[in-house]
Amino acid sequence: MTVRRPIYLDYQATTPLDPRARDAMRPFLEESFGNPHSAHHTFGQQAAEAVEVARRNVADLIGADPREIVFTSGATESNNLAIKGAARFIGNTRRHIVTVATEHKCVLESVKALEGEGFSPTVLPVRQNGLVDVDELAAALTDDTVLVSVMGVNNEIGVIQPLKEIGQVCRARDVLFHSDCAQAVGKIPLDVGDMSIDLMSISAHKMYGPKGIGALYVRRRPRVRLEALFSGGGQERGMRSGTVPAFLCVGFGTAADIARQEMADERKRLARLAANLKDRLLAVAGARLNGDADQRWPGNLNVSFAGVDAEALLAALIDDVAAATGSACTSAAVEPSYVLNALGLDAEIASSAIRLGLGRSTTTDEVEAAATAILRAVDTLRAHAQDSAA
Amino acid sequence: MATTRVYLDHNATTPILPVVRAAVVEAFDQVGNPSSVHRDGAGARRVVDQARDRVAELVGAPAGEVVFTSGGTEANNLALLGFDRRVIVSAIEHDSVMAPARLARTGCSVVPVDSNGVVDLDALESVLSADPNALLSLMLANNETGVRQPVREAAELAHRQGALVHCDAVQGPGKLPLDMADLGVDLLTVSAHKFGGPTGVGALIVRSGLNVAPRQVGGGQEGYRRAGTPNVSGIAGFGAAAQWLFENRGLDVASVARQRDRLEAACSEFGAAVFGAGAPRLANTSCLTMPGVSSETQIMAFDLDGIAVSAGAACSSGKVGPSHVLAAMGVSDDVAGSAIRVSLGRDTSEADVDRFIEAWKTLYERKHADLSRRLAS
Repeated sequence: MTVRRPIYLDYQATTPLDPRARDAMRPFLEESFGNPHSAHHTFGQQAAEAVEVARRNVADLIGADPREIVFTSGATESNNLAIKGAARFIGNTRRHIVTVATEHKCVLESVKALEGEGFSPTVLPVRQNGLVDVDELAAALTDDTVLVSVMGVNNEIGVIQPLKEIGQVCRARDVLFHSDCAQAVGKIPLDVGDMSIDLMSISAHKMYGPKGIGALYVRRRPRVRLEALFSGGGQERGMRSGTVPAFLCVGFGTAADIARQEMADERKRLARLAANLKDRLLAVAGARLNGDADQRWPGNLNVSFAGVDAEALLAALIDDVAAATGSACTSAAVEPSYVLNALGLDAEIASSAIRLGLGRSTTTDEVEAAATAILRAVDTLRAHAQDSAA
Repeated sequence: MATTRVYLDHNATTPILPVVRAAVVEAFDQVGNPSSVHRDGAGARRVVDQARDRVAELVGAPAGEVVFTSGGTEANNLALLGFDRRVIVSAIEHDSVMAPARLARTGCSVVPVDSNGVVDLDALESVLSADPNALLSLMLANNETGVRQPVREAAELAHRQGALVHCDAVQGPGKLPLDMADLGVDLLTVSAHKFGGPTGVGALIVRSGLNVAPRQVGGGQEGYRRAGTPNVSGIAGFGAAAQWLFENRGLDVASVARQRDRLEAACSEFGAAVFGAGAPRLANTSCLTMPGVSSETQIMAFDLDGIAVSAGAACSSGKVGPSHVLAAMGVSDDVAGSAIRVSLGRDTSEADVDRFIEAWKTLYERKHADLSRRLAS
């Protein structure tokens, strides 16, 4: 069987839109238009009802009440709103924020922006396996701590942070717990109640929904209050003004519903595919998996090939495999990954790492073909390096 | 009886153009993230870049000045809070300008309007001289009344005092010619769904050389002015709407104005008073009042007749409150409470307008009869 090339192995950057989500959106691009806030006429009501169904679908995926879901333009906005919004709202009384060195750029940048406003951050290190030390986190909390922000699944190395334990620590200390779950929602089971999460960021396009839409879960009991990032018409209960894009919400909601139903089976399937890929790649001398081998989302393999420059490897693979060295946002600028640096990897190992993302459309044939292409490219690059050294 | 519904709320949102729908659906198939280096990323990036060119062309600005946002509200917030300057706004700006203006750490001044809803340039001049180096935000045309603002003149006054000028031009495309250089403004807001594009996407045009402080930070997208993975399909639709408008020149302004004027003349024989009629207005917009009948009652009655209109801005979700726009024009709460907005679109037919007029007459006569009966008893 022939496979489409390049083989898409960059599911952390973005996922292809699920055809079922696309089909669900189409009617809202046709006759059912309307501003969902024009509550007094029928056009608007149809759009508003569809938005509420989507809100429930998203809520159901994480064990939340629909009234706790605020639609945003994506996880970057959600993370900015959660961190800046919560800190600014109660910032006069508490001014300490705790986060982790391997968080997404938009979390770290939000914290940095708050530092400029007089907040004091603690950026915790991670262990060599990429996991945060919960005892160390607990010790970092003070009476001045307003918020802890720790992600669910890391976007570069796929490790799963111990959210439930962190949630317990935060709850016991009466500190807000925010989690950037852009890479986790729809992939691993999440429950905001069980995990004591107060704020959770969600992205549609990382779970086979459309780009341009996401959500922030905001706990109602006990109520979490935020200062809005955008103010105006007072939509989304004042937490996020702006016309809610009905068709994108519908695509997001459908993607959430599909994920809820298929998550468990999909995770097993990807675990099998990833195990095959990992076995083939790690059989090569000087290959290593970055991040914890067990506490991880199987659809993410971050692999270093000693002596091979990752950028050169991706360039050699350009016709065969679409992968990345790390976060898509910064991939236009070639710089060493701060996530891999935080694991304590030496610079050479870090600069030889590529991220391979597997997802819903990935097939066994694709994995086989990709492994073959990657191994061939690694061989070729190593041979070149030897030639030029000789 | 099954009749088609009549949509007369185009200032709230517009039907998606067929070419836009096609562009959005086509972009759904883009697999990559526009920031990714690989081929799938490049494909998505090309879609975004092409749309950026089209939007730039529509507003007469270089492509590099276009910052894609999630819509007009985000763009207005980005502009108003993006500079460490005192903010000056007119009293009739949209809530998405008013609200951030009130939050500005540097403080804000509000410039009054006359009884037609046009900003008072003399008052503006004195505010500007009291607050040099401020940021002025003045809309191109008001969303509730359609009244056009003297943006070019205001921009000249403002620049003379070292101020920056932002224009919320959300109601402009398709209804007015739009050229950023001609307006002489530094920042301009546009929203796709107000002119045949999809909801969830808009842009702030930022004159090159100006550093706008981002509202959301992260991956450095949009030239570090707005982080977040771009809404590829929405942006594709925005670009298609801009291109369509550029090639088709939007509304047939003269014919729409004729329909609107006919509507106003007919309703005036049945109690209607029109707001802002003494000033230049958008051709498609009419803000009118049926004295003694609340806005809410009117909107629901029209909806039962299959006609969609609104009470002012759509944003204030559900609740019909007094309009700050009409209040600024000196309209009493009592009268403002009976105001509705009718906004025509590209597809509005003569028959649609006839149906509105008929429904207006029926409602007016019924209410009038109720009133006479009550007075007689």
